[in-house]
Amino acid sequence: MSTNRKGIEVSIGAAEAIAMADVDVIAAYPITPQTHIVEHLSEIVARGDLDAEFIPVESEHSAMSVCCGASAVGARTFTCTSSQGLALMNEIVFIAPCMRLPVVMILANRSLSGPLSIWNDHSDVMSIRDCGWIQVFTENGQDVFDHVFFAFRVAESRQVSLPVIVNVDGFILTHMIEAIEYWEPEMVRRYLPEFNPVNRLHPDKPITMGAFGMPGIFTEAKKAQNEALLSSKVEILRAWKEMGDITGRYYKPVESYQADDADTVFLTMGSLSETVSIAVDRLRDQGKKVGQVKLRLWRPFPFQEFRQAVKHVKKIIVLDRALSFGGPGGPVASEIRAALYGEDNMPLITNFVAGLAGRDVTVNDYMAMAEKTEQLAGSKVRQDDYIIYGVRE
Amino acid sequence: MPDKTIEEPTWRELPVGCVVLEPGNASRYKTGDWRSMQPVVDKEKCIRCGVCYIFCPDMAIFKTDEGFFVADLYYCKGCGICARECFTGCISMIPEEE
Repeated sequence: MSTNRKGIEVSIGAAEAIAMADVDVIAAYPITPQTHIVEHLSEIVARGDLDAEFIPVESEHSAMSVCCGASAVGARTFTCTSSQGLALMNEIVFIAPCMRLPVVMILANRSLSGPLSIWNDHSDVMSIRDCGWIQVFTENGQDVFDHVFFAFRVAESRQVSLPVIVNVDGFILTHMIEAIEYWEPEMVRRYLPEFNPVNRLHPDKPITMGAFGMPGIFTEAKKAQNEALLSSKVEILRAWKEMGDITGRYYKPVESYQADDADTVFLTMGSLSETVSIAVDRLRDQGKKVGQVKLRLWRPFPFQEFRQAVKHVKKIIVLDRALSFGGPGGPVASEIRAALYGEDNMPLITNFVAGLAGRDVTVNDYMAMAEKTEQLAGSKVRQDDYIIYGVRE
Repeated sequence: MPDKTIEEPTWRELPVGCVVLEPGNASRYKTGDWRSMQPVVDKEKCIRCGVCYIFCPDMAIFKTDEGFFVADLYYCKGCGICARECFTGCISMIPEEE
């Protein structure tokens, strides 16, 4: 199709996509943990190439507060953070979806301290699993670029009006130079209409946002929020379909590789998926019926598509990039097991917690996980059985 | 089932984002429900100076036709600031149950 391909650092590409989306307000705290995404955006704004307010706030708590305020007056709003920054903005992260403010955030996934760390895993996003945002995971630079437009399109849709997190693995993805096919400005205009909010703060029509909810309506408010998130899937699917029609790249809530006839599948999220695909190829070469199922959509959780994708599968190897201390292992495996509880012919589910704080997980490691799962066939694996892969005993 | 009133909307009836679409409707909010003590004025001792009116943080004290200052019990939270500031000590805080 298009020949508009560039070799570029993924963070820089993401920043340029955000500028192409004609964002109005960017609020971010300019220090580690941060990426080149907001750094480059600040340059674009300073050069005068993007008519936007860049607000270098004094903390991430303020970054998310500014985003909520800006979104409430009808501005297209963006922020970006990681690990400790996300932890600091936590309070306001939970407020945005209840107020139905369509803020878009790229979360460059990095481990939460301590020990103090800056490297990649999913402990940051899993700490806000239940925050009520739409959450998607990306696998490569092109995914990230495309999902900037997707995020604004879905968030600001009047049927949705919810904030969206695009998860991008820190370093492994944010700092890589990859080939990204840029959208033409005309494609962006066609795909992403102007932001026309359901409610906005304006002196001509005074309204109150963020008022307190007494016990008499709190339960109804939470039910309404949950229904909004569940029903956002209609627009999510439509937005992916229309993106496919424009770019030729069709994304899905659950994507599969070599899974049609597989009896064992890896369940992955994010950038390690590509390494797993290589392991799948090698295992196929050895004659093993192994495949891969990738969760792109994390919230709302695509129960139906996931169950369909693993219907015929006998073993699932769930890869977790975070640990639920004192709990049932990894948060992803916990949900996968819950999603399949009570299904006929429930598969054996093994859980490997791996790749914490940037530790490499190689093709050979995945092959070893498949081997270990093979050995466990026929034995009883419980909800709270998990393996912290590669830990030195 | 109790009657459904404006105070008990279903989740479908809540405005998107729980916004309050009507400006100024805080005046309908009965903060008097919070009260455990009620200010009672001894009109023998009251000099009608209005210092209670000035100090009331909720502007819940109004002037009667006779010139006395009394609390509007729809809003009065029973904080007792009026009784504390009164020069003559004519305001007593009486528990609601009495």
